[in-house]
Parts: sequence; C-alpha cells; structure tokens
Amino acid sequence: MSVLKEDLVRLIDNPVGLRRRKIKNKFFHGLLFLCTIFGVVVLAFLLYDILKKGLPWLSVDFIKNFPSRFPKKSGIYPALLGSLMLILLTTVIAFPVGVGTAVYLEEYAGNNKFTEFIKLNIANLAGVPSIIYGMLGLAVFVRALGMGRSILAGSFTMALLVLPIIIISSQEAIRSVPGILKQASYALGTTKWQTVTGVILPYAIPGILTGTILSVSRALGEAAPLIVVGALSYVSFAPSSVMDSFTTLPIQIFNWASMPKKDFQNVAAAGIIVLLIILLAVNSIAIILRDKYQIRMKD
Amino acid sequence: METKIRVENLNFYYGNNRALTNINMEIYRNKITAFIGPSGCGKSTFLRTINRMNEFIENTRVEGKVLIDDEDIYSKKVDPVELRRRVGMVFQRPNPFPKTIYENIVYGLKKNGVKNKEVLDEVVDTTLKSVALYEEVKDKIHKSALELSGGQQQRLCIARAIAMQPDVILFDEPTSALDPISTMKIEELLLELKNDYTIIIVTHSMQQAARISDYTAFFLNGELIEIDETNKIFSNPRDKRTEDYITGRFG
Repeated sequence: MSVLKEDLVRLIDNPVGLRRRKIKNKFFHGLLFLCTIFGVVVLAFLLYDILKKGLPWLSVDFIKNFPSRFPKKSGIYPALLGSLMLILLTTVIAFPVGVGTAVYLEEYAGNNKFTEFIKLNIANLAGVPSIIYGMLGLAVFVRALGMGRSILAGSFTMALLVLPIIIISSQEAIRSVPGILKQASYALGTTKWQTVTGVILPYAIPGILTGTILSVSRALGEAAPLIVVGALSYVSFAPSSVMDSFTTLPIQIFNWASMPKKDFQNVAAAGIIVLLIILLAVNSIAIILRDKYQIRMKD
Repeated sequence: METKIRVENLNFYYGNNRALTNINMEIYRNKITAFIGPSGCGKSTFLRTINRMNEFIENTRVEGKVLIDDEDIYSKKVDPVELRRRVGMVFQRPNPFPKTIYENIVYGLKKNGVKNKEVLDEVVDTTLKSVALYEEVKDKIHKSALELSGGQQQRLCIARAIAMQPDVILFDEPTSALDPISTMKIEELLLELKNDYTIIIVTHSMQQAARISDYTAFFLNGELIEIDETNKIFSNPRDKRTEDYITGRFG
C-alpha cells in the first residue's frame, strides 16, 4: 500500500507534468480573455465609427425634420414617432397576453399532453425568423382583418414576434416563486387567482418586466417583418393615429444607408445614434423597474 | 373531552403508491396532538389531508373521511378555500411573504374581504400580542417581515394563521429550522394557544412531543401504529414498534 502511495505522489508531483499543466492553464486563461475582448473591441470599433460619422449630423433639427432628398435637411421625426408609437402599442398588446398565457400555463393548466404541446410550440415559435411573422402579419392583420398598412397592423405583428419571448421569460419568473410562499397563501384560505395576484405576480414581476422590456427592445430594432407588413420607406407626414401608415427607425436607417449620396451614410449614422439612445433608455427603464420591484428573500 | 376531528378509514395515494393506510383516529378540541414517526412515515402527508393541502400535488387521491365538527371535509359541499380559513397551517420553514409585518398578518383577511382599517389594525395588535411578538416588533410593523430573525418569522407565521380566526391549527415541524431558544418560545406559545385552538403538530423530536402534547400518535410506513395520551405512549406503549422507536432503537 505504501509503495502505491509513493508511486502516486511521485506521479502527481512530477515537475514536468506540473509545468505543463500550468502552461495549459495560462494558455486558456489568455484564450478566454481574447474571446471576451473580441466582442468588446468589435463593438467599440463600430461605436467609434458610428459616432465619428453621425455625431456632427446630430442636431435638434435632425430630430424635428422630415426625410428629404437633401442630406442636410433630412430628419428622423416621422420614423422616431412611428417607432415609439409602434413599440408602445406592441407592449400594450403583448404584455397582458404574454403574462396571462404564462400564468395560465404555470398555475392553471394541468400537466397533460395538451399543455406540453402548447409549451413546446411556444418554445419553437421563439426561434421562428422574424420575416415569417411579417408574412403572417401581412396575411392576417393587413389583409384579412383589414387593418391596412397601419401602425396597428405593425404592432400586432410585432406583438406576435415578441410574445413567445415574453411568455417564456414570464414562465421562468413565475416558476422561480418559492412553492413555500404559494402554499402559505393557499393555507390562508385564498383562491388561485388571489394567490396569483397576492404572491406570485408581485414576486415574479421583476423577472417578467426584464424579459418583456428586453424583448420589446429587440422589436425596436427589427426591420424585416415591418417591411413585409408595409411600413413605408419615405414618409412626409407624422403619424397621428394608429391607423396611419408609418415608418420606423431601422427602416429609415436602412433606407438612408442604401442611398447613393455619400452624405446619407452620415445621416444613417446619426439615425443609428438615435436608435441606440432609445434602446439604452428602454434598457435602463428595465433595470430601474427591476430594482424598484426587486424583492430580496433572505434565506 | 370533545372530539374535534374524526378520521375514518383514510387512505392516501401518490399515483399508485399508497402513502397512508387505513387511518382511524380522533383528535380532541383544545388539546395538542403530536404526530411522531421516522422520516417518510406519512405523518406530514396525513397532516396535509386535514386542510386538503395535498390537492396541490398532482396525481394524488384520498379515500375515506376526515370529519371536522362532524362534517366530512372531502364531501362535495365543502369548499377547500373556506376549509383552509378554518384550518390554519404553519410550515416547516418560516415562510413570511416578502411584505411588511402588517401586510403579512392581514393578507388572508384582506383576501377574504375584510377591508376596514380599524378592524385590521386591531387584528394586527391582538395577534402580535398573542404570539408574544408585539413588544419585539411594535416599532417596525410597517417594515419588511424578512428583517426578523427565524424564530420571530415563525411566530409571525403563527400570527398570520391566527388572524384568520381558525378552529384548528396544523404545525408541520414548526421548530425544525430554529435554534433551541426560539424553539422554546414556540413551544410555550403552543401551550397557550391550545386554550383557544385545537392543535396538531408533526415533530421529529420526541422530546418536543413529550414536552408539549396531550396526545401522541405514532406513525410507521403510512400506518397509524397507536395513539394515546402522551404520557402513556412514552411510559407504557402498547405496541412493540412504538417502544422501539421511542427508546431510540430505530428512526
């Protein structure tokens, strides 16, 4: 036995092996750092490029003006308004439906084949390319339901797009509610709905809000489904109702970027800056709301 | 001595697996009845048949009767939501809601339609006093319940159960997550509460059963081996298996 122990110790303490292990460790340390830095560097470069081109073009007039064939006069106002209206309406449609679905699936639905089937489908829908939702929106909302190429049709289409993500993140938030709290509520003579509103939703709301806002900010950057639904690339008026035709920031940016005049590249960059600011603002709202409602469970 | 709960031929199944076999017992009003037995013997499962909390576990089934005040709680006429108002429960680990102390106590009342602020305020005061927590928390009633110590949290959970004005309170190993001093306080509290409530307590600790209960029921493998006055169970059990368990030969 002692012989075996000595052999083992000698093998383990083998200086060559030890050095090799240390080198390997250093190598992977470096490699993993490079992986991290790769994303950061690329992002920083993109940001630098955009800011350099776009910042000089960013002005109050740029926000207030309509698009124009002259780069100097071009503005982003209708697209900005279109994007904001679209995103607001999308949230109003998708949030209650998504959270409602998640509550139903997690708390009410029985554990049967049908529920499994629905859950599987929702997970799959989250992976469907966005342009497919555009086709669906065109067929259903624009044509069959007669909404036309309006903000409303666009919002319903976008709502469909973000719905699976809202449902899945809400389900996860609801599942994270400790069973012991639900039991405490039921043991006090409450119905399921009262437990949902009294314990489950208050506890899950930070997670639900985070998931919702992240998915909505994804929708903010989407262009493909809206092009299919019929968002315009040139709008000379500001949308005033949800039935108006519209354009959005990503489409406007795409449009400018494909213009032959070189200055339009800079206009596009300025548009990207506006879009980035809105995205950052939306994400900050997510963080603020999450922290506000964050409930810390001490163990 | 008045019978509060009568259990008749109760069987309980998880799927096809029978967890409780043919339980018959009587539980008396204003007494403390302790359920003891090794882990997995079914004592907690049995406790949860008394307020139908097992119904939240899928694929479970009950046969037989549990009569509270001569009414079968498994009859169609009985609404489990209403039943749980009458049969309160305190859990193994303190589980206050992540709300204020005040909101914890009035949660059940508010959900059951009591909205009058004066009534709620009074309930908070009296229940906090009856669980001997009032002096410790009177200045932070509107602070989070999660700031309390484990023992205080558990007493708050008892206050929360009492606020619903139940007849029966079920305790599922209420002190297993607490230190000895908090445990002692809870035990003292239970001895006071039995003047107003019928108390059933599941406990891992035979000493605890001996200290506070009037009746003790010994469970093994889903069967009720015997139930009797606590001093008889501990001094002179009828069944050999009970004797083996309380003398520490197994479990």
